[in-house]
Amino acid sequence: MKEQVDYAIKMRDIKKTFGKVVANNHVNLELKKGEILALLGENGSGKTTLMNMLSGIYFPDHGEIYVHGQSVKILSPRDAFQVGIGMVHQHFKLVDVFTAAENIALGLDGKVTVNRKEVNQSVRELATKYGFDIDPTKKVYQMAVSEKQTVEILKVLYRGADVLILDEPTAVLTPQETEKLFAVLKNMKKAGKSIIIITHKLHEVLSISDRVAILRKGEYIGAVNTKETNQDQLTEMMVGHPISLEIERPKVKRGPERISVVDLTCKNQDGIKVLNNVSFSAYGGEILGVAGIAGSGQKELCETIAGLYPAIGGAVLYKDKNNKDNIKEEILGLNPDEISRKGISMAFVPEDRLGMGLIANMDMTDNIMLRSYKKRKGIFVDRKKPKELAKKIISELEIATPGADTPVGRLSGGNVQKVLLGREIASAPSVLIVAYPVRGLDINSSYRIYDLLNEQKKKGVAVIFIGEDLDVLMEVSDRVMVMCGGKISGIVDPKEVTKEDIGLMMIHVDGQEEDRHE
Amino acid sequence: MLHTLNSLFIAAVLAGTPLLLGALGEILTEKSGNLNLGVEGMMFMGAITGLAGSYYYEQAVGTPNGVVSAFIALVVSFLAGSIGALIYSFLTITLRANQNVTGLTLTIFGTGFGNFLGEYIGQKTGGYVAVGEKTKEAFSSVHIPFLSDIPVVGKLLFQYNWMVYFAIALAIVMTWFLKKSRVGLNLRAVGEDPATADAAGINIRRYKYFATLIGGGICGIGGMYMSMVTTSGVWVHNCVSGYGWLAVALVIFATWSPARGILVAIVFGGLTIMRMYINIKGIPAQIYDMLPYVATIIVLVMTSMRQSKEHAQPKSCGTNYFREER
Repeated sequence: MKEQVDYAIKMRDIKKTFGKVVANNHVNLELKKGEILALLGENGSGKTTLMNMLSGIYFPDHGEIYVHGQSVKILSPRDAFQVGIGMVHQHFKLVDVFTAAENIALGLDGKVTVNRKEVNQSVRELATKYGFDIDPTKKVYQMAVSEKQTVEILKVLYRGADVLILDEPTAVLTPQETEKLFAVLKNMKKAGKSIIIITHKLHEVLSISDRVAILRKGEYIGAVNTKETNQDQLTEMMVGHPISLEIERPKVKRGPERISVVDLTCKNQDGIKVLNNVSFSAYGGEILGVAGIAGSGQKELCETIAGLYPAIGGAVLYKDKNNKDNIKEEILGLNPDEISRKGISMAFVPEDRLGMGLIANMDMTDNIMLRSYKKRKGIFVDRKKPKELAKKIISELEIATPGADTPVGRLSGGNVQKVLLGREIASAPSVLIVAYPVRGLDINSSYRIYDLLNEQKKKGVAVIFIGEDLDVLMEVSDRVMVMCGGKISGIVDPKEVTKEDIGLMMIHVDGQEEDRHE
Repeated sequence: MLHTLNSLFIAAVLAGTPLLLGALGEILTEKSGNLNLGVEGMMFMGAITGLAGSYYYEQAVGTPNGVVSAFIALVVSFLAGSIGALIYSFLTITLRANQNVTGLTLTIFGTGFGNFLGEYIGQKTGGYVAVGEKTKEAFSSVHIPFLSDIPVVGKLLFQYNWMVYFAIALAIVMTWFLKKSRVGLNLRAVGEDPATADAAGINIRRYKYFATLIGGGICGIGGMYMSMVTTSGVWVHNCVSGYGWLAVALVIFATWSPARGILVAIVFGGLTIMRMYINIKGIPAQIYDMLPYVATIIVLVMTSMRQSKEHAQPKSCGTNYFREER
């Protein structure tokens, strides 16, 4: 059977289940030689699982894989390299204490000893060829995120892969770094490599890919040529029904100052300043977006305000809505218990939902009680009221769960987030801090979360929203605060600046290049 | 005074060697991400089987050869330690049982195994079991022509039994292996980040099994040193008595570096026998006996305060790897 088009990869009728969960069902995928294919789908639609079957992490329960027309069995990552498939994982697979070159040479066959000099040299050559910038002798734990990604890509190229799979490569990059990456990808395409890029960002799909393949809930929906499609069609294919991509930003009159942070400075265990003279205020009735590359101090900022991280200087002044005297209270240095006993109603939705926010093995009622059980005197706890509240949250936020007695760890990501947010909102806070609230959620859940935040804003709550997707941050926030290397590089009105402006602020403070990993 | 210090140094090296062997075995094991707390048990297993191996060899042939006898002790104790490690590996790598619990159980098992077998053989041979003169000779100080005769230095460096040099050579080879060799690089990756190593095409299971088995074997040789050198080829009930645990502490003290292990093993060795060489009036012997354990606690406090990425325990140590975990 001779085919007109040379397919680098063909996947036929692939099925993969984990226990009872069907991750992929009857999936067909084709990758032409020398093209960039975008694999589009919501979180949980099975994109990564499908690609992991190409890279040898998983093995399909059913179905066949052809590489350049040859049927292959990919049982391990080693098999994948041998047929020329290399994958750049979303969570980088790099050994922290090794150098870039050591990571690249890892697991390869060769002489008894590893000749570091030789590897360094060939890595440098490879980097120059495709337009990367890298120091092969640098240790990975000293690298910025974009450098780590470069190492990952070089690792794959070094192994001679001609099919590259990139899993959400832009999630951790600034707009400028994304541009650079796309330029490199185009170089690779010119060099004859075939590329699959997994993403859920539509504008990226449109700007980089030749074709788009869409998965929905583990099923293959179809593929379209990028030139012949648009955002609305892609969204509809991805979600299953038409959906408005507009995020509303209700106009609310800005209320009084709720919290003001003054010259806040924190050091981490290694003595590095993770927060450096951070000052800002948040007002009732607004959403203050916080942008920045991951690890620029966002986590420490939230945790310091919430009383979970020690500060070495500065102040956090709080003005609660229940406080009629207009007195600002210093809450820095208090632990969460002391803060809540002062009668301050602050709510914090942490990034790590099942680690810091909720206890996975406990049910909704118990998780809700965590926040309120101390208010009751005596040795017994009251289960009735929290249970009622749990039921109320379930119906109001449309949480898909068998009931309030189901351990929250068994719910899907979106529902877990709704439980957490629902509990925090129920405490009627005057300040609501949310860190990466839509990470890992599908589109519908994400929009529901934005709505909830807007509702709070309308109620006069000061919402601090730490986000990673700049497009969303700029649409939903009234002001955007940009962090870089533990400092604030500016607070801007998203209606007046471009995404590129914010991108620049993410890597510069006051026009000076910041060494992010000193 | 100088004479006392010299004697103390020599005694420290002799007492430190089994600690070094135990620590080397454990370093190799931990580099694969397995935290095997069964060192004490594997040392007991090596101690009794090594001794029994030599003893039965002597019984079997009329005129035993010392070198052959020592070689048999070496091989048998290595195998015994490996068998202990095989139990551990099967439980933790294949069945993914908890590493801490499995290691502790192996210690209890090995201790019982060693003491039971030692008593049993002793009872059968009329009270106690001891190796013959030829074997004892093979485990006594060597005399290297010329080198051993250098004044002071010769005594300090060139007149130990062969196992001391064996342990030091092993430490140096291991340092080279971990730093320079390809397999060593892969092994370190397995211990640091098995998912990464797996994605790089390294066979995690095979590396873990091999490192743990060889590491256990080295621990077994360390145990054999206790019964053949420390107690001069006589089985003494509970002869390993905590040395395995000191070896585990030594791994931390040496910050997972075999070369540094040589140095800290001598320090620890010195602490364990100090009371016989330095006598301060009024301090009871029990205080001296506490020294190595006090040092262990201080080391643990120090290492947990100091946060270094590179001179630290391999990151995945203590957790089992399962590829399809979601």
